[in-house]
Amino acid sequence: MRERTLATVTTSDATPTPARSDVAVRTSEPPHLHVGPRLRELWAARQILGNLVRKEIKVKYKSSVLGAAWSMLNPILYLAVFSLVFTVVLKNNIPHFPVYLLSGLLAWNLFSTSLGLGARSVVDNASLVTKVYFPRELLPLASVGTALVDFVLQGMVLLLFMAVSRSVVLGWNLLLLPLAMFALLVFTCSLNMWVAALNVRYRDTQHLVNIALLTWFWVTPVVYPSAFVWARLQPHIAFKLLYLVNPMADVVLGFQRALYGHVTPTVQRGGTAVAAPVLAPVSVTWLAMLLGAVSIGCILLFLLAWRTFFHLSGDFAEEL
Amino acid sequence: MSAAITVDGIGKRFKRYRHRPTSLKERVIRFRVASDQFWALRNVSVEIPEGQTLGLLGPNGSGKTTLLKIIAGILRPTEGTVTTNGRIAALLALGAGFHAELTGRENVYLNAAILGLSRSEIDRRFDDIVGFAELEDFIDSQVKFYSSGMYVRLGFAVAVHVDPAILLVDEVLAVGDIAFQRKCLDKVEAFQREGRTIVFVTHAPDLVHRVCDQAVMLEHGEVKAIGKPTDVVQEFRLSMSRKDLAYGWDRGTKEIEIVSAEIFGQEGETREWFAPGEEMTIQLDLKANTPVAGPVVVSFAIHDQSNMFSYGTNTDWRDVFFPERFEGKYRVQFVLKSVPFVEGRYYITLGVHSRDSTKVYHVQEQAYSFVMVRGEENPGLVYIPVECRAERL
Ligand SMILES: Nc1ncnc2c1ncn2[C@@H]1O[C@H](COP(=O)(O)OP(=O)(O)OP(=O)(O)O)[C@@H](O)[C@H]1O
Ligand SMILES: [Mg+2]
Repeated sequence: MRERTLATVTTSDATPTPARSDVAVRTSEPPHLHVGPRLRELWAARQILGNLVRKEIKVKYKSSVLGAAWSMLNPILYLAVFSLVFTVVLKNNIPHFPVYLLSGLLAWNLFSTSLGLGARSVVDNASLVTKVYFPRELLPLASVGTALVDFVLQGMVLLLFMAVSRSVVLGWNLLLLPLAMFALLVFTCSLNMWVAALNVRYRDTQHLVNIALLTWFWVTPVVYPSAFVWARLQPHIAFKLLYLVNPMADVVLGFQRALYGHVTPTVQRGGTAVAAPVLAPVSVTWLAMLLGAVSIGCILLFLLAWRTFFHLSGDFAEEL
Repeated sequence: MSAAITVDGIGKRFKRYRHRPTSLKERVIRFRVASDQFWALRNVSVEIPEGQTLGLLGPNGSGKTTLLKIIAGILRPTEGTVTTNGRIAALLALGAGFHAELTGRENVYLNAAILGLSRSEIDRRFDDIVGFAELEDFIDSQVKFYSSGMYVRLGFAVAVHVDPAILLVDEVLAVGDIAFQRKCLDKVEAFQREGRTIVFVTHAPDLVHRVCDQAVMLEHGEVKAIGKPTDVVQEFRLSMSRKDLAYGWDRGTKEIEIVSAEIFGQEGETREWFAPGEEMTIQLDLKANTPVAGPVVVSFAIHDQSNMFSYGTNTDWRDVFFPERFEGKYRVQFVLKSVPFVEGRYYITLGVHSRDSTKVYHVQEQAYSFVMVRGEENPGLVYIPVECRAERL
C-alpha cells in the first residue's frame, strides 16, 4: 500500500542503534533461557543499563546535600568506629589497621550495597516494568553497577590510606585482586537476581536480606583478622571448610591478601618485636586456586539464578 | 502487504486473590492461598496489516490494556501467539514509564534509551521532543510535580519521536487539553501517511470513525465485533446503551402511574438507536389508581450524555387535554417527526403531573435512553434536513 520501509532509520551515529531483530514472536511458553542469544540481547541493551545506573545514582543523591560524598563517608565512619574498638578497646594492634579494614570492607560494601539495592530493583521500578518492555535482568544488574560506582569512590579512600601509611606489598599477591573481583561480581549478580525476583512476590524479602547481611558480615573476616579464625579452626577441618564455603569469606581473603598483604607482620610490643598474625597463613597460589574454584562455583550459581530470574521475569508486570 | 501485528488466539488468565500473601512470613503461616482465576482475554485473534490503524473499543475492564500489554511484550499470554514486526513504542495508560524522582529531561533520556535510541540520537531529537510536549519550562523539574496532562504529553512526545514502526496508544488522548489532542491527532495522521502501524484504545467512538481503518470491540475479554469502524462503533453504542436502560429513578404519589413506556421507530418497531432525521415515537401507558381531579399533564424531556436539557414538551403545549376527572387507562404517544440529534446517547424523562406542577403523580427520571448513530455524512451539532441541488448552467 504505502511505500516506506521503516527499517531504514537514518542515523549518522558513530555507534548506530543495535539492529534488533525486528520480528518478535510471543507465546504462552514459559521463557527458556538460551544463554548465547540472551547475552547478545543484553549486550544490545547496554545503553539502557548505563541509563539505569545513572538513574539510580541520581535518585540516590537527589535530595541529599552531600551527594556522592556520602559514599566516601561510609568507609570513613566504619574506620572510625572499628579503629576505636580494635585499637583502643580491644588493644588489637594490627599494623596499618585502616588499610586492613578498608581492603576487606571494599569487597563487602560492594556486595551488601548491591544486594540492598538489588532486592528492591524490580519493585522500585514498577513504573517501568509495567509500562515498557526491556530485558528485566538489567534491573538487578544496574544495582550492581550502582554499587560499583561507590566501590570506585571507596577504592579511592583506600588508596589514600595506602599512600599515607606507605603500606603496599608489591608482588604476586596483587594478581589475586582481579580474580577475587571476578568471583565477587559473579556471586553478587547471582544473589541479586534471586532476591530481586523473590521480592516481587514477597515484599519482606528486602528486610530479610538486610537481616541476613548483618549476620553474614560477622562470618566474613572483615574486621577481625582471618589468622585468628584460621588458628581456631585449624584442628577442625570440617569447620574450616564450612567457613570457606561462604564465597564472601574467600573473596575478602583475596582482597586483603592483594591489597593489605602483610600475613604475619612483626610489631613492637613492650620494646620487643613480636609476630602478629593477621592474614590466614596460606600461599598466594593456594588462595588463587581457592578463588578459581569459587569463581567456577559462582558461575554455575549465576547460571542457575539467571535461569530462575528469567523464568519468573515473564510475569513481573502482572505481579507488580 | 504483510501483517505488522498478528494476534492469534490470545488468551490471558489472571489470578484473582481475595487476599494475596505479600510476605514470606504470611506465606509460611498460611500455606494454601485462596484464589480464583478468570480470563481477562479469551480467543482474541486479529491481524493488523502494516501501515493500518486499529481502534480498540470496549467497556472498562474488557481487556483492552491487557491486549496492548501482550502485544508490547510486557505481559505473557496464557495461550496463543503474538507476532510483531518492527520496533514498538507503547504509551500505556498514564505515562510511558517515568520515574517520579527524575526530572523530565532525565526521564526522556531513560525512556528513549529503553525504546531503543542511542544517546546521540536522543541528543539530536531532544529539542523536538520537548517542543512537541510544550514543556520547555518544566523539563528540568521532577516529573512527580507534573500534572497528569503534562505527564502524558511528555510520554506521547517521546513515543512518537523514537521512530517506531508500531505505536500502541492507550486512552492517552483523553487526558490532554483540546490543543494537545489536536496535535496528537495530527501526529497520528502523519504516522499513517508514513506507513506506520497504530493501535489505539479509546472511549470516543468518534475518533474511531475518523482515524481507524479497522476496529475491534472487546467485551469481557472476547471480541464482540470486528471489522469496519462504522459497524463496530454501532455495535459498541448499542451495547453501551443497552446497559443502562434501567438506569434512573422513580418518584411521585402514584395516583396516576406510568405502567409502561416504549420507544418506536417509524414502522412501529421497538428501537434503541436512531439515525438523524428519522421518526421516533415515545409511547406511555397510564393508569389511574384512584380517580384524580384537576387538569393532568403528561410530559417528556430529553437530556444528553452531559445531562444537558435538549428538548421537552407536554400534552398541554401540543393541545391534547384530559378530562377534568382523570380515571381509567390512557395511552399517550409523542411522535417526533424528525429527530434532530446527531451523536451520542440521550435519556428520556417521563412525567405525569398537575398543570401547575404542584402535584407530581409519577416521574421516571431518565429511565429510558436511545442512541443516535450518525453516519459520516452528518457531522456537527444538530441534524438539519438538507435538500441539495446542483444544476449545470
Ligand atoms: N496484573 C493483573 N492481575 C490481575 N488482574 C488484572 C491485572 N491486570 C488487569 N487485570 C484484570 O483484567 C481485566 C481487564 O483489565 P484491563 O486493564 O485490560 O481493562 P481495560 O479494557 O483496559 O479497561 P479500562 O477501560 O478501564 O482501561 C480487569 O478485570 C482487571 O481487573
Ligand atoms: Mg485500560
